[in-house]
Amino acid sequence: MTELANKLASYFEFPFVRHAMIVGALTALCSSLLGVTLVLKRFSFIGDGLSRVAFGAIAIAAAMNLTNSYLLALPTTVIGAVLLLRSGGGNATIKGDAALAMISVSAMGVGYLVLNVSSTSSNLAGDVCATLFGSVSILTLTVTDVWLCAVLSALVILVFLLFYHKIFAVTFDEDFAAATGTSAKAYNLLLSAVIAAVIVVAMNLVGALLISALVIFPALSAMRVFKSFKAVTVCSACFSVVCASAGILVSILAGTPVGSTVVAANAAGFCAFGAVGFVLRRN
Amino acid sequence: MPQLTCRNLTLGYEGKTVVSNLSFTVNAGDYLCVVGENGSGKSTLMKALLKLKTPTSGQIQTGGGLTRKEIGYLPQHTAAQKDFPASVREVVRSGCLNRCGLRPFYSKAEKRMAEENMENTGISKLAKRCYRELSGGQQQRALLARALCAAGKIILLDEPVAGLDPAAAAEMYELIAKLNAEAVTVIMISHDIAAAVKYASHILHIGNKSALFFGLTADYLQSEAGRSYGRL
Ligand SMILES: Nc1ncnc2c1ncn2[C@@H]1O[C@H](COP(=O)(O)OP(=O)(O)O)[C@@H](O)[C@H]1O
Ligand SMILES: [Mg+2]
Repeated sequence: MTELANKLASYFEFPFVRHAMIVGALTALCSSLLGVTLVLKRFSFIGDGLSRVAFGAIAIAAAMNLTNSYLLALPTTVIGAVLLLRSGGGNATIKGDAALAMISVSAMGVGYLVLNVSSTSSNLAGDVCATLFGSVSILTLTVTDVWLCAVLSALVILVFLLFYHKIFAVTFDEDFAAATGTSAKAYNLLLSAVIAAVIVVAMNLVGALLISALVIFPALSAMRVFKSFKAVTVCSACFSVVCASAGILVSILAGTPVGSTVVAANAAGFCAFGAVGFVLRRN
Repeated sequence: MPQLTCRNLTLGYEGKTVVSNLSFTVNAGDYLCVVGENGSGKSTLMKALLKLKTPTSGQIQTGGGLTRKEIGYLPQHTAAQKDFPASVREVVRSGCLNRCGLRPFYSKAEKRMAEENMENTGISKLAKRCYRELSGGQQQRALLARALCAAGKIILLDEPVAGLDPAAAAEMYELIAKLNAEAVTVIMISHDIAAAVKYASHILHIGNKSALFFGLTADYLQSEAGRSYGRL
């Protein structure tokens, strides 16, 4: 046991390990805060769609040789989020889910095409795989990456705290909120922008295909055990940070891929919470 | 002083007209009861008054400085999902949100108001319970408490006593009458014609596609529509 602790301590000497832990914890925190609303609004599928839009944008940024792919990925994903949440809201000509599938699949297809045509890299498959599944890239973060992630996360958390009660009201009963003067449309727009930011940040940690796990697992796990919005929000935030940290540690010690280990930790946590919820309901 | 004025209002869904050519005025302090058969468009009208639905034609004018921030609303159905984690207190407090403006947290006065309204609707003991695990009547009371929190100048209630036991229904009517006595305008949809006649100052009877009657309660009892509906 002490041997393991010593080994961990020695790992933490490396800046890249500390960076990975910071980025991982922040990403997990942000995605879980929004996850509660997304799951409750039945919008959890949007995380999935957006991550594909972000993938396309990052691929194009790579093809254009942009030094920082955030610059293209963030605005593109925000626009995608606004369009998707609006069409998900109802009165659109194309049904929400069909529109979502169309946009996200095209973004992904175009992204891969652009990468393929323009890539000078010898390891194209490896690059694509990294963007999809979150590679070792979280272990090679630069200080700029860490700061960018910290700033975006701070913004997301600030928005969430400032508008917590409004987000609750708009999520619980949009009609009532709109009727009594809380602009449901404006908050939906704000939510979609924030969700897009979270998705782009989370691409670093788990990659495009596994982001949904970070959004859905914490919220669903917390809902198994807790029954008020506040308790569910707090619990899912803690759950997500613990699972992400545990996943990153295990992946460093065991040399497994970071993204999939984090997702596996989330899945294990979900099973544990499911069992606790079952026992609580029995008594 | 007119708070709401409807002129030649026509409402419908995707080209299908539900109510047409409706004109009436609600003054500050009025107690208007909207009656009519199922499907005659009462809820649709209420949503239009709340600007949740745009009219096909006609106008709805607000007057007397009424803004959305002073409206309480009890919907007939809530979109809230079956598995939504929310305590009764959280739901009731969300009614105070329109008083908050951009302030991120509830003030002491708003929290006290939520407690008082839970007391008045008899759900203080349920404050910590999960909203989705309550009975239909208990949920209705929680939503009424939320509407009471939101009501500054006017309250719109869509079938507030549906699902309540008779004693609770009587209490609810008294509560609404008390609110009305404090100069809050009430617009209520109800199938309980006896209570409507007892409490309301005005009646709007919506028939198939058009208004059968709008006016004072006393006149309604003498009218054709009132007499035939009262007998049912
Ligand atoms: N969302 C909707 N889409 C299409 N038609 C609707 C919708 N809501 C209500 N209707 C129709 O409008 C009519 C009036 O409904 P409603 O206003 O709910 O009646 P009431 O509240 O008087 O019972 C009904 O015929 C109903 O079928
Ligand atoms: Mg109705």
